[in-house]
Amino acid sequence: MTLDAAWAVDWVRRSAATVTEHRDELVELDRQIGDGDHGENLTRGFRAVVTKLDGLDAPPATVGEVLRLVATTLMSTVGGAAGPLYGTAYLRASKSGSATELGPDGVVALLEAALDGIVTRGKAGVGEKTMVDAWTPAVAAAVEAADHGAPPSQVFAAAARGAHEGAMSTVPLVATKGRASYLGERSAGHLDPGARSSELILIAAAEAAADAD
Amino acid sequence: MGEQWAPVALVLVSHSRALAEGAAQVAGQMAPGVLIVPAGGTDDGGLGTSFDRVEAALQDATAAGRSAVVVADLGSAVLTSESVLEVADPDVAARVRVADAPFVEGAVAAAVTAHGKADLATVLASAQAAGATFAVLPASARAAVGAVAGVASPAPAPEAATGPVAADDGSVRATAVLRNPLGLHARPAALIVRMLAPYDAKVQVDGVNAASVLDLMKLGAVKGDVLTITAQGPQASEAVGRLVADVEAGFGEV
Repeated sequence: MTLDAAWAVDWVRRSAATVTEHRDELVELDRQIGDGDHGENLTRGFRAVVTKLDGLDAPPATVGEVLRLVATTLMSTVGGAAGPLYGTAYLRASKSGSATELGPDGVVALLEAALDGIVTRGKAGVGEKTMVDAWTPAVAAAVEAADHGAPPSQVFAAAARGAHEGAMSTVPLVATKGRASYLGERSAGHLDPGARSSELILIAAAEAAADAD
Repeated sequence: MGEQWAPVALVLVSHSRALAEGAAQVAGQMAPGVLIVPAGGTDDGGLGTSFDRVEAALQDATAAGRSAVVVADLGSAVLTSESVLEVADPDVAARVRVADAPFVEGAVAAAVTAHGKADLATVLASAQAAGATFAVLPASARAAVGAVAGVASPAPAPEAATGPVAADDGSVRATAVLRNPLGLHARPAALIVRMLAPYDAKVQVDGVNAASVLDLMKLGAVKGDVLTITAQGPQASEAVGRLVADVEAGFGEV
């Protein structure tokens, strides 16, 4: 079983749906420790991506093509740090997904590239209460699943579980990067909105992959 | 017109259109020969940074073979700038640097340096040196300044420096040699202004008002230059003595 461009399009549509559905939750999380625009920005960004997908004359041929469209659109439409961070993640992932079909190793490479993009752009490490705290255990779980011979859908399912655990791990942390770091100790006790949206997007990837099975 | 711009342009990326345009005005006044392109706010004029606006600004800035230094304000302005560079033509990206510098001070310092037709690395260094302008003095500088302040008379004058001398018109006059490698850039200019503030005296350096960071920077004084310091007022002598000592101590940078 492999994942193709149609899966990637489904992932994007599900991502748009889930961030829209959780818009108020993300706004509230960001209001607590940031500037409150994360839910609105992501909703607007993914809506723009879906609009662009709908306007294409022909469906994209590769996963990489889909992800590059997501990258450039999010960079242009999402104000705040989330635009460049997610944009770079999708951009790097798009470079790893030039093949027409992704096997388990391809999924791992895609996730590793995305994490690499986020780290490069945000210069954050694990434990700083950011998206990196969701993506790092997600990649680790994906690698382990692929090593055990899991199919792509199970690799993504493992990544989604890892992202959930990683997102929850941000609750007690004190932020040292991004807008939340201005709060210092007061940022502890809150779930990081970027880690939460990362979890939602990886759950969407796993659901789309399960449907593709 | 295009050929008349200095070889290094500036792009000012801010969350606010007004802030970017205002900083461009301030820096432009100091450096009319430098192309300064503001890229502030979102596409609809709100607060935030726009990938498209930054991309367009960088295209303008790097046209005609120019290099560019980007000065950005808060976090995502830096991230957006770096993202634009990641997807830009590598030949263009190679001529662009994102400065780790405070927005207004970095823009002013970079513009003044670029106006002198400096190269990319020098303009970048100038912007980044401005980052120390409002930082706490390093320990070495505190020690140097403290040692000077602790003695009753001005520090033993090194060669070419002269202590305060009262002139016929009631003003006090002295000279001092710039010792620090980067000369009278933003940080020492700001140090001078803050150091002189408590003194009841009007002080000039090479004829310009020593209470103005921008005027001091505009002197473009470099290492080895002999500065002429004049002052008027009840504490003119003390102010000049302290300033000579600070200049000769290299502002803690030597």
